[in-house]
Amino acid sequence: MSMPFEEHDYIGLSETPAMENSEKLASKGLNLKATELRLGLPGSESPERGNGLGVLKGFISGAKRGFSDTINGDSGKWVFTGNGGSDVDLGKNGALFSPRSVNGSGSEGTSLKEVVPPSPKAVHEKKPQISAVNGHGVAPAAKAQVVGWPPIRSFRKNSMAVNPPKSDEDAKLGSGCLYVKVSMDGAPYLRKVDLKTYSSYMELSSALEKMFSCFTIGQCGAHGVPLRDGMSESRLMDLLHGSEYVLTYEDKDDDWMLVGDVPWEMFTVSCKRMRIMKSSDAIGL
Amino acid sequence: MMNYFPDEVLEHVFDFLESHRDRNAVSLVCQSWYRVERFSREKVFIGNCYAISPERVIARFPRVRSLTLKGKPHFADFNLVPSDWGGFVLPWIEAMARSGVNLEELRLKRMVVSDESLELLARSFPNLRSLVLVSCEGFTTDGLAAIASNCRFLTELDLQENEVEDRRGQWLSCFPDSCTSLVSLNFACLKGEVNLAALERLVARNHNLRSLRLNHAVPLDALQKILMQAPQLVDLGTGSYVHDPDSDTYNKLKSAVQKCTSIRSLSGFLDVAPRCLPAIYPICLNLTSLNLSYASLIHNSELIKLIHHCSQLQRLWILDCIGDKGLGVVASTCKELQELRVFPSDIHGVGSAAVTEEGLVAISAGCPKLNSILYFCQQMTNAALITVAKNCPNFIRFRLCTLNPTIPDPVTMQPLDEGFGAIVQSCKGLKRLSLSGLLTDQVFLYIGMYAEQLEMLSVAFAGDSDKGMLYVLNGCKKLKKLEIRDSPFGNVALLADVGKYETMRSLWMSSCEVTLGACKTLAKKMPRLNVEVINENDLIDASSDDRQKVEKMYLYRTLVGPREDAPEFVWTL
Repeated sequence: MSMPFEEHDYIGLSETPAMENSEKLASKGLNLKATELRLGLPGSESPERGNGLGVLKGFISGAKRGFSDTINGDSGKWVFTGNGGSDVDLGKNGALFSPRSVNGSGSEGTSLKEVVPPSPKAVHEKKPQISAVNGHGVAPAAKAQVVGWPPIRSFRKNSMAVNPPKSDEDAKLGSGCLYVKVSMDGAPYLRKVDLKTYSSYMELSSALEKMFSCFTIGQCGAHGVPLRDGMSESRLMDLLHGSEYVLTYEDKDDDWMLVGDVPWEMFTVSCKRMRIMKSSDAIGL
Repeated sequence: MMNYFPDEVLEHVFDFLESHRDRNAVSLVCQSWYRVERFSREKVFIGNCYAISPERVIARFPRVRSLTLKGKPHFADFNLVPSDWGGFVLPWIEAMARSGVNLEELRLKRMVVSDESLELLARSFPNLRSLVLVSCEGFTTDGLAAIASNCRFLTELDLQENEVEDRRGQWLSCFPDSCTSLVSLNFACLKGEVNLAALERLVARNHNLRSLRLNHAVPLDALQKILMQAPQLVDLGTGSYVHDPDSDTYNKLKSAVQKCTSIRSLSGFLDVAPRCLPAIYPICLNLTSLNLSYASLIHNSELIKLIHHCSQLQRLWILDCIGDKGLGVVASTCKELQELRVFPSDIHGVGSAAVTEEGLVAISAGCPKLNSILYFCQQMTNAALITVAKNCPNFIRFRLCTLNPTIPDPVTMQPLDEGFGAIVQSCKGLKRLSLSGLLTDQVFLYIGMYAEQLEMLSVAFAGDSDKGMLYVLNGCKKLKKLEIRDSPFGNVALLADVGKYETMRSLWMSSCEVTLGACKTLAKKMPRLNVEVINENDLIDASSDDRQKVEKMYLYRTLVGPREDAPEFVWTL
């Protein structure tokens, strides 16, 4: 049973048949029931709903008047995206049309991702503007366009713009801390240091010595603390100042550099991570 | 029996009535009660500044000493209301000045406050003690200078999340040396510099200071000096909390903080060096309120370390970078928790920091006293909401915001109707509800059926048809404020029960299916409603087609007819 595509404007309300655009669409002869949004477990017919595009209604602000226009233009490509053919598949893939799930890139794992069909290429290729207006938009792009969502007071929004949140991994510039990973060849795990807490190479290297001394001597207590402090440190210093280890860092251009050449501040700004290398490996530095 | 008591006795009895609702009720009993009540009312609350005129308020309550006014509709917070829509306080201040009202307290929310208004306020009311501005705009630090200079008995100056233009005028220095009455000073929202020496002296001479919230421009060493002068503080908002933790200053801060044994509420940390956080650990045990929602620079692990110390927390505002695990720590540590707000830390891109339904479930399981929540999350499931409803039947405020406004339950792909249905069914005292996620008419059926105490409902991108809105209008007898955006509700719903709107404070509908014609019909039937049509893009006038959909409609009950200060794009029908 195929129904002619009814005009669904962005808020998904199937309006009275007197909408002029529906005729235009019907005449295109596209079986657009296939794209009708259905939510439900695979194999189940979703209950009769006046609104097949519930997921996407209203998601695109400012686009409501132009919705039918753009769907005319792009619908051909879009309709057959991921169209495996059967309604069951599309029922299952209903999630595709949920803005969240189409976001293939960058979103952290939610179970939505599992239902994204393998070929949403047509949607992704479009500029965010268009795919959003198509009514089956990509979440992050559309997110940026919805006025007043998420509902946060402007004051708070503006404060966030000034102080962007810390990310877990990368070293960030500016105020706060500047954590970078430090690895040591042969050590079972890495450490992280906050470059902001040091003001010179000397401080950094003595801090690193303390941190990694247990690895070179192999005498660590339960918490990785060297058991015989005095001996470990001096032994490590000998090792480091001798030529057994070399301290290197990866800079913003992804090159591995020898620590100590540039002024300290410049170093903190450009250092992404550090590696305590065995001298034997440090050829060419 | 009460009729035979002399007025003074009635008045004395009415004195015990705290809430304006009780006083309103009392004034409806009979003529003499109305009379006694109106002459004895000192605190007046006006929920919508356009519902009544200042002159009539003053005429009815000549002894008014404290006025609370709210202006713009709630959705103005989210940029849905054009900035010059209205909500000006000046006419109120002018009217009160003219009538010789002895104003002592003014509390404004979402109003436009000009420097002129503040100057007039400062000059006209010598007994002004308290000025509280929340989410207001239109003034500069010059206006604050006027307040500081002139209000000799000022006890409270509380600025919360206002947009204030900085004029670099040293407003803080305008507090005269004779000012020693301050109890509460909150200027955290100001962006500009303050004279630190003046601030320190101000704190030093105001021994009754209980609440002090500094702004970003006050560095840690100034904080240290201030705390030395004010160990009696109960509520502290830090300014910039950055310093070298190995320094003398930091050590001094640590000992200053230890002396502040009365601090129960802590906020600020806009700029923070996490290694300086341990200084506050000693007071964490006493904290009942903690606001870290602007502290985006605190790492997840440090947040958790901090929370471990805060076992007495009743209110916690935090960013979602605390994560589900962090919320688990909150759940196991903060057994007294009543109010939780989890704000999004990354709204512009796709972040890795977020919370899901797991965090909310953990909190509901661990915190039996929870009654108020605002929760921004990546996703939510029906199962989680049903569990939360079972765990926490005491919710008064329940506001959920999925970052994607129409996301279904990711596990079942179902709408979140059942989940919210469980919430309204279980939480019999629910007064405020905000919905999000994929929702059909069904959720509104549940709300209409079960949410008997509901006073405020916020709807966005929800519902399928007029039935949804009708369920709510028919079912929620105590509904006061209904705000709807981007939902398919139209004329049928709007016009089904026009009398309902006089029982409510206001209705907001934007990007819905309501047409100009329906608005006109409504306005004609209900002369005591202002039906405002706000169309910025296509200006609406007499020649407009009635079938045209209105972008934004805001209607509210009023005793004074259409307002005269409406801008061009607002048409009161």
